[in-house]
Amino acid sequence: MTAVLSHPTDLQRTAPRVRLAAEQVRLAYGDRVVVDSLDLELLDGSFTAVVGPNGCGKSTLLKALGRLLRPTSGQVVLDGKPIAKTPTREVARVLGMLPQTPVAPEGLTVADLVARGRHPHQSWLRQWSRDDEDVVAEALSWTDMADLADRPVDALSGGQRQRAWISMALAQGTDLLLLDEPTTYLDLSHQIDVLELVARLHAERGRTVAVVLHDLNLAARYAQRLVAMKDGVVVASGTPHEVLTEQLLADVFDLEARVIDDPVSGTPMVVPVRRLR
Amino acid sequence: MSPTLTRPRLGPDKRRTVRVGPASGVVRTRQLVVPVVALAALVVVSAASMGRGDYPIGVLDVLRTLVGAGDPTQQFIVTELRAPRVVVGVLVGLALGISGALVQTFARNPLASPDTLGINAGASAGAVAVIVLGGSAGAGGQLLGGLGLPLAALLGGLVTALLIFVLAWRKGVDGYRLVLVGVGLSAVGIAAVDWLLTRSTIQDATAATVWITGSLNGRTWDQAWPLGLVLLVLVPVALACSRQLGVLQFGEETARALGVRVGATQAVVVLVAVTMAAVSVSAAGPIGFVALVVPQVAVRLVGGSRPPLLASGLLGALLVVAADLLTRTVLPVALPVGIVTAVVGAPYLLWLLVRGRRALT
Repeated sequence: MTAVLSHPTDLQRTAPRVRLAAEQVRLAYGDRVVVDSLDLELLDGSFTAVVGPNGCGKSTLLKALGRLLRPTSGQVVLDGKPIAKTPTREVARVLGMLPQTPVAPEGLTVADLVARGRHPHQSWLRQWSRDDEDVVAEALSWTDMADLADRPVDALSGGQRQRAWISMALAQGTDLLLLDEPTTYLDLSHQIDVLELVARLHAERGRTVAVVLHDLNLAARYAQRLVAMKDGVVVASGTPHEVLTEQLLADVFDLEARVIDDPVSGTPMVVPVRRLR
Repeated sequence: MSPTLTRPRLGPDKRRTVRVGPASGVVRTRQLVVPVVALAALVVVSAASMGRGDYPIGVLDVLRTLVGAGDPTQQFIVTELRAPRVVVGVLVGLALGISGALVQTFARNPLASPDTLGINAGASAGAVAVIVLGGSAGAGGQLLGGLGLPLAALLGGLVTALLIFVLAWRKGVDGYRLVLVGVGLSAVGIAAVDWLLTRSTIQDATAATVWITGSLNGRTWDQAWPLGLVLLVLVPVALACSRQLGVLQFGEETARALGVRVGATQAVVVLVAVTMAAVSVSAAGPIGFVALVVPQVAVRLVGGSRPPLLASGLLGALLVVAADLLTRTVLPVALPVGIVTAVVGAPYLLWLLVRGRRALT
């Protein structure tokens, strides 16, 4: 059964290829340009966190990468092909995306929610194949949601709800996954719970993951690569140690801070001092 | 491959997985039982309705006649005189039920329906214009009069639908915006009807008022055929959209992420829903509350997260035909069917509001 969900690409490959790339994209809501001439590459098997202050364009960028927002110029390229020219169903079999705080209709059960992750694999004729059934059952048990399968999504706690959505994204069976602030409105232990789940998706399932996060310490702990944005521009990208410097925190977040080693994971940890300016 | 009927490992055991060759699907017991029971009830009530009149015919005799085994007199009375009324009732109810289910799912709002979106008001304005202005000397009046009442109603409904679509469309249709635009247009339509009525003679006003209430009186095959043909095309389209609608309920972004062509699906759904409502209004007048109430009853009977299309259609047909039968049997005076559906529907609407469903907020 695991074979159904396992990562299809060869992990032994030496040079990881670019799975998803933004090329000189300009993103705007009406006349308001949010992101301009931005380049970004997500390598196969990577775990990237996009960080930055409110309104810096990180969620907008993620939407563009997930073809929910069409760039006014430049393009997003998925596996070497322009994403805008690929049928949306085809994209949905490779690229999964969870918007910030998605809403489930009232009365929908967890099992039904996760089952709808199979939508891109289904057709009018083929509505519930054995594959669908196996993948959904596995996604439920892998995310520890099997016991809650018959519960309505709206009756779950915030943390369980987020697990249900991640379970749906897992059932979608895409090897690329974009998550927009999956920890919003969750208390710290549930934030850890969700991020552990995402980290396992990356480590055990070989998913290429990009996630927008607010919490710098958690981003540094879970992601291998950080992308720091400010005013629609990528200011720095690299390993957490390369990106999370005291200088960058001052430049990007207007924050005076010390950066020390996280006593648990050894990743950089931000200790704020005061807001600058 | 032989058909398999297995019990799936997940979910309650009400669900059955059906797989035949490359085809597969999940069937819930209630998803199957409710439409079947509704259909059976519809057949019985329809037969009872066709048997009712100055020359009473028993239900079994009516059924025998319908399959072509009745005597010539009964044959004539049933197929020529009484069947059109019932068939129009069935088709109108079917159209209203499905249309309401589509709009409510799409708008993610149980208060959304062709009634509240102004389709009925627009169609009424078209029809009343014909009744009131049709006899007058003005060129516009003669033009309208020449159209005939059903066509004018259809035109009024479609023009309203087009306006809703144009005003609500912003790179896709937002459910909330759709409802607000509909409420506004509904007010305009009602104002137009009122204005026309104040200018009319007492005879025209009476005729118009009966029509506005929605009635199956005096329907012939002339109303049934066009309605039937339109539904023959639109019902399959609506059912084919069902899967996409289920995903569209998650909101535009999640739906697009799951590979749904959001704009195209929305356009088809809204177009199908408003056209169904408009043709049904043109055939029988704006029979109120069916499209609003029936989908909500259906979702409670069938379960699930959204009004089921087929069950909504069949229950809609059942409600209209039963209400029509009621007006002609139990009540002392033969009232237009729209009054009965409104009497059932209005309290239900109030109950929905009082109950304050979370989906409303």
